[in-house]
Amino acid sequence: MKQMEKVYLDYAATAPLRKEALEAMMPYFIEDFGNPSSIHSMSRSPRAAVREARETIAKTLNADPSEIYFTSGGTESDNWALISTAQLMSQKGKGKHIIISTIEHHAIMETADYLVKQGYEVTKVGVDETGLVKMDELEKAIRPDTVLISIMTANNEVGTIEPVAEIGKLAHDHGILFHTDAVQAYGHMPIDVKAMNIDMLSVSGHKFGGPKGIGFLYVTKSVRLPPFMHGGEQENGRRAGTTNVPGIVGMAKAAEIAHRDLEKNMERMTGLRDHYIERIEKEIPYCKFNGHRTKRLPGNANFSFYFVEGESLLMNLGMKGVCISTGSACASGSLDPSHVLMAIGVPHEIAHGSIRVSLSEDTTLEQIDYAVDAIKSAVATMRSLSPLYDDFVKTHKEA
Amino acid sequence: MYDGEYSDKVIDHFTNPRNVGEIENPSGVGTVGNAKCGDIMRIYLDIDENGIIRDCKFKTFGCGAAVASSSMATEMVKGKSVQEAMEITNKAVMEALDGLPVVKIHCSLLAEEAIHAALWDYAQKNGIVIEGLKEPKEDIND
Repeated sequence: MKQMEKVYLDYAATAPLRKEALEAMMPYFIEDFGNPSSIHSMSRSPRAAVREARETIAKTLNADPSEIYFTSGGTESDNWALISTAQLMSQKGKGKHIIISTIEHHAIMETADYLVKQGYEVTKVGVDETGLVKMDELEKAIRPDTVLISIMTANNEVGTIEPVAEIGKLAHDHGILFHTDAVQAYGHMPIDVKAMNIDMLSVSGHKFGGPKGIGFLYVTKSVRLPPFMHGGEQENGRRAGTTNVPGIVGMAKAAEIAHRDLEKNMERMTGLRDHYIERIEKEIPYCKFNGHRTKRLPGNANFSFYFVEGESLLMNLGMKGVCISTGSACASGSLDPSHVLMAIGVPHEIAHGSIRVSLSEDTTLEQIDYAVDAIKSAVATMRSLSPLYDDFVKTHKEA
Repeated sequence: MYDGEYSDKVIDHFTNPRNVGEIENPSGVGTVGNAKCGDIMRIYLDIDENGIIRDCKFKTFGCGAAVASSSMATEMVKGKSVQEAMEITNKAVMEALDGLPVVKIHCSLLAEEAIHAALWDYAQKNGIVIEGLKEPKEDIND
């Protein structure tokens, strides 16, 4: 195996800025640096750029430009959607109950826990072993005082794509608002907020080739979401703070490119992903595939390897230049492995040996093959150190 | 753990772990840790008739720090008397590794416990009492 310098397969963590996005951003740092909220002539060009960016992004979702609110990223969008909806609805006397799933991103999980401390009630609906939300459980969780359902579009760890349109319909049938965290999905699969019954949707720029520190929240026209950031009149008075012009322009450019090539990229990445999955399953014994076989993000593959621990696997892979991530607790300093793997029923000891690869449109077959070879060798090395593997081999010889 | 948070010594002992393996008919063997929590350490001792540790091997399931701590602990134990081995604390293992990140200190503790568990097994087999040695906790299947 010839050493490759670096094989980055952690695009779900973050992706590099697209060159075209960087080029689009450049004029707004020094030349057209003006504040779009100013009155004078220096505000004109940045104001037009932001308007155009809003139109570009709205188009990708089948939304109206007035429904796009720029934020600092996915976390802010999630916080805003949950906290402000909760406050708005409880002020209207509609209730204080919110439903989320057990596999939401921490930005939703922690915000929901915060709301519980503020006196709201949260139900976390379970998922099946593939990561799909249990629709019957979701329906049963709905109460007369339920004001919001927030279920992610696609999961960041195991890549499962949720039945968002169906969930949205269920919410609307009960007069409940529906929010979805689309941070992993946007730019990687088609999303139509109208067809999918979405009232609010969170997006982060750097997950699809835009810059870090920018994102947006889509809010359907009929909802007057109160501001979360207080101050100036930016974003139609709903999100204060000086407009991040270069960030917005860069994100819109990345969104435009991602959606222009969406089908082609999805097909290509799905092919590479399935090649990875096939090789891992064929060539590495005692592994467990995590997530759904087909309802899955094109660029995500997650496996658990028995008898080994994820952090040491990652360190070994790091020596071979392969950058991926793990669901092991040891990587985060907590005692429990990823809540997502727990929720889909992966036993603790196996969850510790889980690794996720996430691809981009630039990933090559050569890189995937190199990564598989590296993983194969890393798993073998770590198993040769593992007392669990020893015990397993011995009991199987005896039997 | 993040790249760069481990000392060069930890990286070295992880990359080239010393004394990996098993000892057939060991004088003592100890397994500590818990698969649920993500670390299991097993240490084998070969102790001669004068109570000197002739050889020491390990197998570890766990993170980089757990592997490096086991490797370092086996190096430190070799050639020592049973009583000297009792004095190898987690602090000593950690110092020998030029430190561990705070969240990984328990890995060095596990190494100390694994040595103690192997010594306990040796003491039980030979009907002797090692001063200061307590019965190890059996929780690997929890």
